[in-house]
Amino acid sequence: MDIILQLVLNGLAVGCIYGLVALGFVLIYKATELVNFAQGDLMMLGAFTCYMFIVWHGFGYWTAVALAVASVALFGALLDAAVLRRVLGQPQFAVVMLTIGLGAVFRSFASITWGSEIYTLPTPFSARATMVGGVSVSHEYVSIIVGTVLLCAVLYVFFTHTRIGVAMQAASQNQLAAYYMGIPVKLMFSLIWAISAGVAAIAGVLLAPVSLIDTNLGFIGLKAFAAAVLGGFGSIPGALVGGLTIGLIELYSGAYLPQGFKDVAAYVVLLLVLAVRPQGMFGAVGRKKV
Amino acid sequence: MPDALLKVENLETYYGPIVAIRGVSFAVPRGAIVTVLGANGAGKTTILKTVSGVMDPQKGTVTFQGREIQGLDPDKVTRLGLSHVPEGREVFPFLTVQENLRMGAYIREDADGVARDLEMVYEYFPVLRARAEQRAGQLSGGEQQMLSISRALMARPTMMLLDEPSLGLAPKLVKDIFDIVVRINRERDVTVLLVEQNANMALHIADYGYVLEVGRIVMEDTCARLLEKPDIKEFYLGIKDHGVRGTRRWKRKKMWR
Ligand SMILES: Nc1ncnc2c1ncn2[C@@H]1O[C@H](COP(=O)(O)OP(=O)(O)O)[C@@H](O)[C@H]1O
Ligand SMILES: [Mg+2]
Repeated sequence: MDIILQLVLNGLAVGCIYGLVALGFVLIYKATELVNFAQGDLMMLGAFTCYMFIVWHGFGYWTAVALAVASVALFGALLDAAVLRRVLGQPQFAVVMLTIGLGAVFRSFASITWGSEIYTLPTPFSARATMVGGVSVSHEYVSIIVGTVLLCAVLYVFFTHTRIGVAMQAASQNQLAAYYMGIPVKLMFSLIWAISAGVAAIAGVLLAPVSLIDTNLGFIGLKAFAAAVLGGFGSIPGALVGGLTIGLIELYSGAYLPQGFKDVAAYVVLLLVLAVRPQGMFGAVGRKKV
Repeated sequence: MPDALLKVENLETYYGPIVAIRGVSFAVPRGAIVTVLGANGAGKTTILKTVSGVMDPQKGTVTFQGREIQGLDPDKVTRLGLSHVPEGREVFPFLTVQENLRMGAYIREDADGVARDLEMVYEYFPVLRARAEQRAGQLSGGEQQMLSISRALMARPTMMLLDEPSLGLAPKLVKDIFDIVVRINRERDVTVLLVEQNANMALHIADYGYVLEVGRIVMEDTCARLLEKPDIKEFYLGIKDHGVRGTRRWKRKKMWR
C-alpha cells in the first residue's frame, strides 16, 4: 500500500515536469506552428543557471530561481526575435532541424560554461521528508507538484483574464486578424517564447533536486514531446494530462514490469492512444484555420 | 478631390512576379461611402491589403489624413484610425464574442469608452449580445460578419475598409448588414470604403463607385449614374438592356448577384 502511494506521488511529480515542458511545446506550436525541439534544453539551461546563481554567486534560493527564470525567459524572447522569426514559413523539416541544432548548441554551451560534471542543486526542500499516514513524503516531490499547480493557475489567469494574455491567444488563433486589431503580433510571439522558455526553466529548477544537473537533462524533452502528442498537440490541458499520464505509467512500469519496460512503456501507451484516437486525448478533430 | 480622407495614387502591387493591381488611383472623401466593384480576382482584396499595410506596393502612394502610409505595418495603420474588416471575417475562433470585441479595442486605453462602445455594437447587432459568451467559431457566417464589422468598430476608427461583407450570405441578411453599415457611416461618422462583387447592393448604399477590371480602374462615377450605365446593368446587375447594343468593352461573362 505504502509503495503504491509513494509511486503515485513520485509519478505525479515527474509527470508535472513532463507536463510543464510539454506546455512549452504547445504554446509555441499554437502561436507559430513551429515545434521547438530545444524545449528540453531550455529546461537544462534553467537548472544550470539556477545552480550557478546559488553556488557560484551565493544568491539565496528564491532570488536565484527568479534570476534563472528571468534570464532563460529573456533568452527565449531573444531567440525568437533573432533566429526563429526568420524561419517562419520555411518548410517544417528545416525548422525542426534548426531547433534540434539549437538544442545541441545549448548543450555544448552548457558543458563549456559549467563543465561536464554532475551537480546537485541545493534547495530548501532538499533531503527532507514528512511522514503522512505511514508514507514518507519527500518535500522535493511535493515542491514539484505544488510549484506546477501554482504555475498553471498563474498562467491560466494570465491567458484568460489579462488583456495582453487574451491578445496572445488572439495572435495565436489568427495572426492576420490580430494585426488588423493593432496587436503587435511579433512582440506577442516573442512573449510566448519567453513564457515557454521561462516555464521550461521552472521545470528545470523543480526537477533539479530530485534528478541531478548535467548537460543531458534536456533529453527529458523527448518524453515531454510524447506527452504533448498524447494530449493532442495544441491542447494545453492535454499537455498537462499527457505529462501526468506518462509520468505515472513510467513509475508503475518501472516498479512492476521487468527491467527495461520503464523507458518504453510511455511510448507504447502513446502508440496505443494514437491508434485509437489519432488526434490525441484532447485534440480537436478539425485543424485550426491559419 | 482636395479634402479626400484617403487618396490612393498609381498603386501597383505584386504577388511575387505576378502583378495584381496596376496603377490604381482613387479617392475617398471624408464621411462618404465609396465602393470598388469588381469580379472575383479583379484585385479588390489586394487593394485593401495594400491600403491597410498587409502588402507593400511596388509603386504608388496611399495617403490617409494627409500622411503617406504605404509600407507601414498593419498594426500602425490601425492605430492611425483605419480599420480593416477582412474578407472571410477572420474572427478569433476560440475566443468568446465579447473577447473578440475587446480585442478590437486593443489599441485603446479608455476603459469607459470601450464599455460604451461595447453597448453601442450590441445595439447595432443584438444577436451579438445574446451570444456574448459563446466562442466566435460557433457563430453562423452572418453572425461572424456582424462580429467582424463590430470588432473593427470597437477601435473607434475614422475609416473602415470592408472586404465583401455580403460573401456567402442570404440576401435578406446582406440587406440588414448593409443597412447597419449605412447607419454606422451616418451615426458614427465613419468613412467607408466597400469592395464588393454584389454590385446591386453596393451601388445602392454608396455615394461614389469605381469599377475594377483585372487590376485596373476602368470606370468611375456617382453610384446613381453608374446604376444607369448599360455596361454596369448588363455585366454587374444582370439586366439585359435590349435598347443598347454598345461595343462590348468587357469580354467577361455577365455577373449574377
Ligand atoms: N496569395 C496570392 N498569390 C498569388 N496570386 C494571388 C494571391 N492572392 C491573389 N492573387 C491574384 O491576384 C489577383 C487579385 O486577387 P484579389 O485581390 O484577391 O481579387 P479579388 O479580391 O477582387 O477577388 C488575382 O488574379 C489572384 O489570382
Ligand atoms: Mg477578394
